[in-house]
Amino acid sequence: MKNQSVTNNLDWMSVFIYIVLVIMGWLNIYSSSLSLSEDNSILDLSQFYGKQLFSIGLAIPLIFIVLSVEGKFYEKFSGIIYVIGLFALAGLFVFGKTVKGQANWYSFGAFGLQPSEFVKAATSLALAKYLSDVQVNLKDTNRQIQALAIIFVPVLLIAVHDPGSALIFMSLFFVLYREGLPPWYLWLGFIAIILFVLALVLEPWAVILIAAGVTTLIYFRSRIVDRNWIASAIAMVMISGFVFSVDYVFESVFKQHHRDRFNILLGKEVDMKGIGYNTNQSEIAIGSGGWFGKGFLEGTQTKGGFVPEQHTDYIFTTVGEEWGFLGSLAVVALFVGLIFRIIYLAERQKTKFSRVYGYCVACILFIHFFVNIAMVAGIFPTIGVPLPFFSYGGSGLWGFTILLFIFLKMDANKVNEW
Amino acid sequence: MRKVLLPTVIIIGTILLVLRLFYLQIVDDSFKLKSENNAIKIQYDYPERGYIYDRNGVLLVANQPSYDIMVIPREMKNIDTLEFCKLLSIQKEDFIRIVAKAKVYSPRLPSVFLPQLNKLEFAAFQEKIRKFPGFYIQKRSLRDYQVKFGANVFGFITQANERTIAKNPYYNSGDLLGKQGVEESYETVLRGIKGVKYIQKDKYNREIGSYKEGKYDTIAVQGKDIHLTIDAELQKYGEELMINKRGGIVAIEPKTGEILALVTAPSYDPAILVGRQRSKNYTKLYHDSIAKPLYDRGLLAEYPPGSPFKILTGLIALQEKVIDENTTVYCRHGFSYARGRFMKCHCHGGAQQLHRGIYESCNAYFGTVYMKTINKYVRPADGVDVWSRHLKSFGLGEFMGYDLPTGRRGKAPTSKTYKRIYPNGGWRSTAIVSNAIGQGEVLMTPIQLANMMAAVSNHGFYYTPHIIKSIKGEQIDKKFRTKHVTTVDRKYFQPVIDGLFDVYNLGTAHALQVEGIEICGKTGTAENFTKINGKRVKLQDHSIFVAFAPRHNPKIAIAVLVENGYWGARWAGPITSLMIEKYIKKKITRTDLEKRMLEGSLQGEYAKYTGKKEVDSLLLKPKAEVPSNPDEKLKEAKTPEEATEN
Repeated sequence: MKNQSVTNNLDWMSVFIYIVLVIMGWLNIYSSSLSLSEDNSILDLSQFYGKQLFSIGLAIPLIFIVLSVEGKFYEKFSGIIYVIGLFALAGLFVFGKTVKGQANWYSFGAFGLQPSEFVKAATSLALAKYLSDVQVNLKDTNRQIQALAIIFVPVLLIAVHDPGSALIFMSLFFVLYREGLPPWYLWLGFIAIILFVLALVLEPWAVILIAAGVTTLIYFRSRIVDRNWIASAIAMVMISGFVFSVDYVFESVFKQHHRDRFNILLGKEVDMKGIGYNTNQSEIAIGSGGWFGKGFLEGTQTKGGFVPEQHTDYIFTTVGEEWGFLGSLAVVALFVGLIFRIIYLAERQKTKFSRVYGYCVACILFIHFFVNIAMVAGIFPTIGVPLPFFSYGGSGLWGFTILLFIFLKMDANKVNEW
Repeated sequence: MRKVLLPTVIIIGTILLVLRLFYLQIVDDSFKLKSENNAIKIQYDYPERGYIYDRNGVLLVANQPSYDIMVIPREMKNIDTLEFCKLLSIQKEDFIRIVAKAKVYSPRLPSVFLPQLNKLEFAAFQEKIRKFPGFYIQKRSLRDYQVKFGANVFGFITQANERTIAKNPYYNSGDLLGKQGVEESYETVLRGIKGVKYIQKDKYNREIGSYKEGKYDTIAVQGKDIHLTIDAELQKYGEELMINKRGGIVAIEPKTGEILALVTAPSYDPAILVGRQRSKNYTKLYHDSIAKPLYDRGLLAEYPPGSPFKILTGLIALQEKVIDENTTVYCRHGFSYARGRFMKCHCHGGAQQLHRGIYESCNAYFGTVYMKTINKYVRPADGVDVWSRHLKSFGLGEFMGYDLPTGRRGKAPTSKTYKRIYPNGGWRSTAIVSNAIGQGEVLMTPIQLANMMAAVSNHGFYYTPHIIKSIKGEQIDKKFRTKHVTTVDRKYFQPVIDGLFDVYNLGTAHALQVEGIEICGKTGTAENFTKINGKRVKLQDHSIFVAFAPRHNPKIAIAVLVENGYWGARWAGPITSLMIEKYIKKKITRTDLEKRMLEGSLQGEYAKYTGKKEVDSLLLKPKAEVPSNPDEKLKEAKTPEEATEN
């Protein structure tokens, strides 16, 4: 029996962290949505906590299915899974249900499915499959383009409805880098981010002036043989173009609510009753926790229902308020522990396929974790990404569960890879 | 090394998050004190507003307690609306409307439900308040006016509107602040600083004691009393004289720049802007676009100054040395200053010199003198600019910096003004000769006229007019103690003052002499126009008078403007003389004049333009009429002892 070997070889540490996170997540959803009802049955399917309990219940058979599937299946069918995922995304344009202005749901009665949550696993599988091909060398420009295409096709399909989620896929650059992508990609990305932020904070010409200064400095500090004024000039032209297009996109393409999200962060907006409300409220809720928090079900901000969307993207505010700094630290530690465990396991893999996939899992979990908590704590723009295993939502929970357990299955299976 | 990047990024990112959480949860307490935090209730303690006294220590404005009913919409539960409305005698629709509005402001922050209840209303409600969760009483203090005049000087107290609250974080919904008058200019002095108490609540919204043992609580700082430079008697007398007229009076003590009286007419009893009738009465005053009782004419009414401006024309000509005392101009009941251009004159004609030119107010003399001044320079533009700089040194064309919140610049034209009017150039002194007699582009407010007289009486300096005498324990602003010297030298003032003195002896105001006081003054008659159906229509002239007294060691400089008062000596002149007599002698000897002025009315004149007689019950009435208060409720609002005072 395969099952027997899976239970023997399964990485129980990861499973344990997973279970703890899911349980903590549910407790916090329970606390944050309790105040909305008088009836306290935890199985009440009309309540968030009841629905979430149902989702958790469904996740258990899902785990068994994922673990019992033949290990080679994921590698063999990764292409097909990826294509199905893309079709599911494309189908949203026709059959999608619009919730809060984003048509990223399929509706099945009372429950909805969000294909983008599952496409994260599908894309990871496809990327792993592609990179594990012996002929693929990421030093080769054509290969780079193909690898990037695997990432960007779903990104484009998702970005239409939900620009925030599209950001998640950017984390896969770390995987490409690990597998041989030239470092200048990362430098380019790094410089682009810095220029982007500067372009928002300062006037465009000021940014260009600074960039020109830095370029000149680099030019004269480098050895004479390395000096290349044509390259420097091209760099400056590109920087100027980038800065002006950021300015243009920000002022003309972005909608006001997008602009506002950045402006709050940059300290340009102070209207705490309007757009700054969410972030301000979540900071107050977290900040009111102190060292030890107010205790389970004792959060006054939580009870007052002041934090909008608290059970989904802002679930961490409940942790902050009711469990305090120490509780928050524990959650952060659990996440970081799980991510490092996955990286450790990935590096241990015998096949390139499972190593790359493991890396993808670690990257995706990390960027969710980081962006979500950073946003809730007010140091990142308001981008709607869930906290894995924590946030309310069946699709999210199942998507992350599948993502994680496919890897745990591969890891458990590695003895058979000889 | 490629393995290291992701772990490094994760570690850095995590450290960042942990530091941020540490900052939010441990280091920074400010989030816990925000009013948005529903776990902490904020209670304010409003200090009493400072009292207002006049220059002699007469109490003008005190305080009375008042009670606001506040509501926190989220905490309202099982309210018996019917009983509630009956108790406060309001309509159910009002109840629903106010609560809805409060919800829009904030469901969890207190809003004012009903402002400014008096003791009786409060007592009735207080008994039943426990039946209405979500409502509570906030005690504040309201103004209690000891006098029935000075409404424009004091200003009034109003609730901070949403714009103020958004702009100034000190104010919350329902907070009171001063508007107009000294209540506005000395708002921060008078109001003090409110105290704050933070009270911790549990999740059931019960108060469980003060937050962090009151570490963040502050104690209210009492508002400071202020003394005004206003002379209560003079102010009162001025307002009485102006009843049934429109216009303004500004009286200044030349030696200090202190404003002795600041009268605007029509005016109203300041007490009508207190209590529950406040907003109704205010709306009525605000919408009276004909009499404009909220428009402070002493500070805001810009008019061509007319003949009093000849004082400056003469002084500037002397300073520019284009004339001396003996320069003679021949007046043929006017003079022809250009081909086909003739300026009429009502003086006795003949050879005019400075002295007689002033007391007979000869247009020909000053027209000629003015042209000489401008023509001293090759380019008329230069002449105008020199002349304009002299005007500015007398406070014309600027706000002057006095401590009242409203004002107008008036106008001291420069070459730029005429470049705008004559874009092609080619203008010469003949084009602007009307300025000589105060009928051109020059505009002045009564306070500027009074200040001009103060400067003349001082032989060439003035202090910025101000209304603050002292703030308890503080010296007044340095700018009110700084001497401004005019660009006209001291020696040139005496001949002009002599001329002004003879206005009373020989000239246009000889009928207005007051026994025992040497008054120097000047009549003025300002033409004014309006547009009716797009046509320029000349209205009855404004009556203007400026004066100072006594001639030596002056104690008062004054400007009086009576709208549509025919000519200077008809209304403004007598009022000026009476004001001067009142201030210097403290009693009136010219009772004939007094009777005529107190009883005289220009309402008939005003009705000509508007077609209806202005009988607004809110405006001040002559003593003869029984002051009937239209608002019975307002009367009820007074406690018995206050009522007897009235």
